[in-house]
Amino acid sequence: MTSLSSTAPPGVITSEALAADLCCFPTLEQYVDLVASFRADGFEMCVDLCGVDYLEHFDRWLPEGVDATRFEIVVNLLSLSKKERVRIRVQAGDDAPKIDSLFALYPGTEAMEREVFDLFGILFTNHPDLTRILMPEDWEGHPLRKDYGAGRVPVQFKESPGPR
Amino acid sequence: MTDSNVRAADRLDLLTAETSEGAQELQRRSSTNADELGREAGAVLRLDGLTLDPTSIDFDRRDDETMIINMGPAHPSTHGVLRLMLELDGEFVLRTKPIIGYLHTGMEKTGEELSYIQGGTNVTRMDYLSPVINELCYSMAVEKLLDIEIPDRAIWIRMLMSELNRISSHLVWMATNGMDLGASSMMIYGLRERELILAFFEKTAGLRLNLNYVRPGGVAADLPDGWQDDVLVICDTIYARTFEYDELLTGQPIFRNRMIGVAPLAAEEALALGVTGPLLRSTGVAWDLRRAMPYLAYDQVEFDVIVGTYGDNFDRYAIRLNEIRESIRIVRQCIEKMPSGDYRSQDPKVTPPPRARIGESMEALIHHFKLFTEGFQVPAGEVYSAVESPRGEIGCYIVADGTAKPYRMHVRAPSFVNLQAVSLLMRGGMMSDAITVISTIDPVLGEVDR
Repeated sequence: MTSLSSTAPPGVITSEALAADLCCFPTLEQYVDLVASFRADGFEMCVDLCGVDYLEHFDRWLPEGVDATRFEIVVNLLSLSKKERVRIRVQAGDDAPKIDSLFALYPGTEAMEREVFDLFGILFTNHPDLTRILMPEDWEGHPLRKDYGAGRVPVQFKESPGPR
Repeated sequence: MTDSNVRAADRLDLLTAETSEGAQELQRRSSTNADELGREAGAVLRLDGLTLDPTSIDFDRRDDETMIINMGPAHPSTHGVLRLMLELDGEFVLRTKPIIGYLHTGMEKTGEELSYIQGGTNVTRMDYLSPVINELCYSMAVEKLLDIEIPDRAIWIRMLMSELNRISSHLVWMATNGMDLGASSMMIYGLRERELILAFFEKTAGLRLNLNYVRPGGVAADLPDGWQDDVLVICDTIYARTFEYDELLTGQPIFRNRMIGVAPLAAEEALALGVTGPLLRSTGVAWDLRRAMPYLAYDQVEFDVIVGTYGDNFDRYAIRLNEIRESIRIVRQCIEKMPSGDYRSQDPKVTPPPRARIGESMEALIHHFKLFTEGFQVPAGEVYSAVESPRGEIGCYIVADGTAKPYRMHVRAPSFVNLQAVSLLMRGGMMSDAITVISTIDPVLGEVDR
């Protein structure tokens, strides 16, 4: 199991993770600093960034001290030199989820953050182009949220009357 | 009459608003902020400052000097429904923005509605050129959550099938890449050879494309009788023909002129963008998950990781061609080393009872019925599993909540991430090279849009 580097912000809660070397649970304030410390520590690549809506599974296991919120951002970092994987799970908030963008550290997260914004409605501050990426521009709602009923809204064809 | 019912004739503004992707599109320079502009102009490592170099091709460029045009989504060389917006100065590309989502069918949402057994039919349709590898990635994630072991034979069958699939995927790439450059005979040859592999898939799994062959707990069926001969024929034929491709393309002057030195990518840029697969290896970074973080039994077979030097189109071509040969090497070793035994786990939790037992045992019938109606429960937890697909690292992040369906199923699609390199690779290049850039990035739009 790998450990946090000395430049990591103090007080980040960690735990073991399935199929990863370490799982970190930073707060929103610690998030970017923690990722920056990993980047300086040899994690060259941000392989994945996705969101999870825990609305219907709120009582998931989390290490002590982590305040569960509805939305979570999951970041998977990869170190090619050390052959290690690290997962970072950030509690992004309940009603108006908002989190800092990793664009300045890993430019490759641009599309992934846009996807999370599109499908979950989580805002990323300092993102260069926070627009929808998979859904049409005029789509209503964020489809991967758990309170967005699948099949409830008919397919929105461009020339059809509005959904509601 | 309400707004939503008024159409073209009366409300032209509404029509344009609804038929365009609006803010997702490439905007005029005057209405684009500096960060986004830099992004579209291919800035990756020049993130600080973003001041344009006075010697740069678009320093002090005004909107009325350039032209923004659409390429796609129905352009034949975009390999699906990729839409690119290009800002052109004559024949030269200044800015590029890929606009995606035309094939978005909500497969991640669908994944939450399907049980773990059914999930394979969903993920197999994402990257439709390498279905086995998608299923493998998904199944491995489920198996890690379940904490079950799979038998040796299943591991080797999975390896055999994924390498055959890698060959067939690269053959399609060879074919379409040839087509994009005008070598239309390559299109026919590539698809001809792929047909051999698809026929073997049909013999083994019953289907040619979306196999649903690799499942949590093992594979769906054992290899057919005489499979060694079939696979040997495939290996011998395709191996010999890779040298025909050499003669047809590798040494051909027109092909070389279109490929060598076009659209180079640096290792630092590739890493910053999260690019994986042949695209990353072409820059000289020897990163192949099969070697670096071995899964299945890749640590027991011999193969070389093919690495390029310049990161240009030609390196990406050479890597894929040689990966076909390396995969054939692995397939040959699979034939030799294939162990006997079960082709799926005998854990009754995930594996249905054998067909013969269903006719004679009530319990077996009930068990079978329960497994295929309710599915099996997976303990709560979250896992990310990654394997090397022909396009790079494909990852599956599953959150389980203890029920028979995944709470969240996210697929890290290599094409989706690799596509971000488009702006960088196209900048300053010719319009005609844009075609080769899309081709050598090798995006599969089913996977990009999911």
